[in-house]
Amino acid sequence: MSEPLLSVSHLRKSFGALAVTDDVSFNVAPGELHAIIGPNGAGKTTLIHQLSGSLASDSGAISFAGDEVTRLSMVDRVRRGLARSFQITSILEAFTVLENAALAVQARSGSSFRFFRSAAREAPINDAAMAALARVKLDDRAHRRAGSLSHGEKRQLEIAIALATGARLLLLDEPLAGTGREESAVLVSLMRELKETHTLVLIEHDMDAVFALADRVSVLVYGQLIATGVPEVVRNHRDVRAAYLGEETAA
Amino acid sequence: MSAGESKIALGGKTARTTPDLARDRRRGIVDGRGAALAAVLLLLALSLLPPIALLIGDPFLVVTATRIMIFAIAALSLDLVLGYGAMVSFGHAAFLGLGAYSVAILLANGTSDILIQTLVAILASALFALVTGAISLRTKGVYFIMITLAFGQMAYFFMVSLSAYGGDDGMTLAARSTLLGLPVLNSDLTLFYLTLGVLALAFVGLRAVIFSRFGRVLRGTRQNPVRMQAIGFQPFAYQLTAYVIAGALAGVAGVLLANQAEFVSPAYMSWQRSGELIVMVVLGGMGTLVGAIGGAIAFLLLEDWLAKFSEHWKLGLGVLLVCLVLFTRGGIAGGIERLFRRAPS
Repeated sequence: MSEPLLSVSHLRKSFGALAVTDDVSFNVAPGELHAIIGPNGAGKTTLIHQLSGSLASDSGAISFAGDEVTRLSMVDRVRRGLARSFQITSILEAFTVLENAALAVQARSGSSFRFFRSAAREAPINDAAMAALARVKLDDRAHRRAGSLSHGEKRQLEIAIALATGARLLLLDEPLAGTGREESAVLVSLMRELKETHTLVLIEHDMDAVFALADRVSVLVYGQLIATGVPEVVRNHRDVRAAYLGEETAA
Repeated sequence: MSAGESKIALGGKTARTTPDLARDRRRGIVDGRGAALAAVLLLLALSLLPPIALLIGDPFLVVTATRIMIFAIAALSLDLVLGYGAMVSFGHAAFLGLGAYSVAILLANGTSDILIQTLVAILASALFALVTGAISLRTKGVYFIMITLAFGQMAYFFMVSLSAYGGDDGMTLAARSTLLGLPVLNSDLTLFYLTLGVLALAFVGLRAVIFSRFGRVLRGTRQNPVRMQAIGFQPFAYQLTAYVIAGALAGVAGVLLANQAEFVSPAYMSWQRSGELIVMVVLGGMGTLVGAIGGAIAFLLLEDWLAKFSEHWKLGLGVLLVCLVLFTRGGIAGGIERLFRRAPS
């Protein structure tokens, strides 16, 4: 197996006496789509906060592309190519769709302490932003105000913004959250295309999507990874069925 | 956001596009070309004011207009911080005072040239903004308001205690500033056009800044600072820079204010003055440069006009402000924008 792009070892985070992330270790190989599933309250969102850098870890190590990034800020991790999307849509609603993506391109295109030239007229930035929008099929919406998009389109834009940062690895935090059937079908096919070019860590509730897309699946329960493996193995894992999938079948 | 709502939106994709696009284009009235046009008209009207004042035999109009434009410059600078940066600075008058005292203190020590005075005013205001901004920006929300208020009051009490330069009473300037040794500013008309020029430059400059890379980061941060970090921007540096630019520009307004009044006093830096600047920006429409100018004009004219009716004019002003905030969201600029939007295009 090749050198992992993302390597997490013995990561911990506690809030008071509650261990929310409890000795979590896993590797993500380049080009892999690694899904992290788990019941509500398993600590999935806390884990993604730790991976993206918005929450400091108590102990353990995260390394990305061979470098340790455990103590780097979110801003520094994005610059190295580790970008995230948000579970709760977090776009700039007053900006156009294009500007949302263009800002992410601007962040990696030289200094933003430029005060006089119109940013909207910088063709190289707009071109790169359009390319990111085209990947999520939003290029025909480029000049619309982001706030006027439908919920599904906003979820697409979330992914386009992460793409536009130029990241190699995307941490997608429940990209299907709140979407209807048609919208999630669009997003699933988008993610299938993204797999061709990007390494993805996907946190998701939708089991159908996870088992359709993932190369490997990790199962998080009460802060601990109880299983990691290819979808078929995880699906049939006894502890997993008991802890998680069983609940769904029973319900 | 419910799934039901999004389904409807998805189903009506094509039907929604046309009116939405048209509405989005019309939105340009405040932030886009419409605003620039309004500002150009406003500045042109102001430039015609002196001949009109002469015609109707009211030379004092020029003096009043100069004073209004000086506050418009200060309000513009505050708008960068408050409207575009979403930082509610309650100590902005301190910069106005620093600029004014730069003139007074340099003049008292024998330097009357306005270029040197302005340079000192910019440096002093920018330095004060850099230090106080770096500390204030560690806080957010109400705490930011309180800490900027505290710094403003510190500057105020510093000037009150500065007895060599008038202390509490302030001091009258021996003369207005000179330009390259010439006493050109002694003419109210020259001062008027100088102020108008600075106002126009400030507007054009800030407009460029707002649409620049820097301004885009600042506007993005106003909407969602966490999103900005997630794409690789550290908001602090951009907010602090905006704070320094705004402080320096308010310092320039202070230089003009000292010359216009031929008097400086700690009252320029009082928290009431900072509050009035906020009112001007909110009244005109936060986050629209032309609104800041309009707000300053409206506020000072109202103040003048209401004072003619009663010594309790501030009560009337209060009532008017409450009505404006309640009934015209987005201030004067927002109201005008809605008027235009309602009209068929």
